[in-house]
Amino acid sequence: MTTLFDHPDNTWELIANGLPWTLSLAGGSLALGFFLAIGLALVRLSPFRPLQWVAYAYVYLFRSTPLLVQIFLIYYGLGQFEAVQKSFMWPFLREAHWCAVLALTLNTTAYTSEIIRGGLLAVPWGQVEAAKACGMGMGLRFRRVVFPQAIRQALPAYGNEIVLMVKSTSLVSTITILDMTLIARKETSATFSIEPLFIAAVFYLVINFLATRAVMWLEYRMSPDLREARTGKTLPDQDVVRAH
Amino acid sequence: MADWMSLLAWGDSGWGDEMIRGAGWTLLVAVIAFALGIVVGIAGAAVKLSQVPFVPLLGDVYTTLVRGVPDLITIYIIFFGGGQAAMAVARLFGHTGYIEFDALTTGVLALGFISGAYATEVIRGAVMAVPKGQIEAAKACGMNRRTMFRRILVPQVARYALPGLGNVWQLTLKDTSLISVVGLTEIMRQAFVASGSTKQPIVFFVSAAVLYLALTSLSNKVFDRVEIVANRGVRRA
Repeated sequence: MTTLFDHPDNTWELIANGLPWTLSLAGGSLALGFFLAIGLALVRLSPFRPLQWVAYAYVYLFRSTPLLVQIFLIYYGLGQFEAVQKSFMWPFLREAHWCAVLALTLNTTAYTSEIIRGGLLAVPWGQVEAAKACGMGMGLRFRRVVFPQAIRQALPAYGNEIVLMVKSTSLVSTITILDMTLIARKETSATFSIEPLFIAAVFYLVINFLATRAVMWLEYRMSPDLREARTGKTLPDQDVVRAH
Repeated sequence: MADWMSLLAWGDSGWGDEMIRGAGWTLLVAVIAFALGIVVGIAGAAVKLSQVPFVPLLGDVYTTLVRGVPDLITIYIIFFGGGQAAMAVARLFGHTGYIEFDALTTGVLALGFISGAYATEVIRGAVMAVPKGQIEAAKACGMNRRTMFRRILVPQVARYALPGLGNVWQLTLKDTSLISVVGLTEIMRQAFVASGSTKQPIVFFVSAAVLYLALTSLSNKVFDRVEIVANRGVRRA
């Protein structure tokens, strides 16, 4: 059998060759998308109507079209513009993996910004008032009061987004990136056995299981105030507070 | 820049009619798969809410697997493995012929299987949202299980499940684009073929995006409408 890579005898090893692609694409686009999404959510909540509209249109466009269309538009479409071919970006946009990162990032930004917006809107206004009354400026208020609470609120939904992105990376197999999905599909076509596809499925399941566990742990860590105090370790004055 | 009008013209010279026909296939696959998904979802919810020990576990395995594995992998498994599985079943009944799933069958089965997992969760949630008191009241009125199911449970579950099922529909509609990998000439496949033969990817992928946008926006309107009708008897604060 001839393939593009060294062919180990073990199918698990073979599929594992695609694991770095899956992890780096999901991790990279989620990390980039997270910061862009905060910006987009803030734009969406800004008092300027035209800006709100731009943010809304962006989210609407990316959420109403399939990711595959977005990937194809960027991978096959961008090169059609001469301006793009002549720009300094071309060495990047020529490569399938940078196109994949770009498409996945733009896509997750749209979804994540809605999640973060929901979190920001869930922070009670009284908290903002209290922070103002304490004399906090806008930046400090956002950093210490609004944002931490918004993130905690948004965490469960963001966990779903992480799972979705891990799954979405499989679409990059359509633009020649040898991730787990493409390796499994090629191997299945070559051997007429669907075993490689099942093995890839197991890899994805394990990644998603670990990711959801990590988010649950983070959620637990971020909400000590919602937990029961450990018996025996309660400080006396805490009991006084609870008695109110 | 490319001449959009002539590229998307109707008839033999342009790709306009092919793209619209692709949209027809997309809609067809999505509608059948969604209907299948609801049937699977009702069965899945029944399994998950079953009182029989270990039966709910089966439902958990189904929803966890489908929602944790990329849809593309599920589609490939059904595409490559579906024929083999069907042949194995056929052999039990004495048929020895060769069976292979065509693209449409693969698409409908795969998307129905996927959307069924999401629909299971939506319908399960909707069943659990029906207040216990209603069931008790129905029993107190002397309704038997069938009447209770038909008159009390179904109308309310349908109403509670509507928004969630709207999301499942959107997901199914967008997932149809993945069926292009097994060769069904829906929007994505058509756009891919057209851009390959004309070397104008922007024109055709933008057209594809516009078609999806139109389909999702229109069906959103339909779901909003249905929701209003379904909730016309509900008083809101």
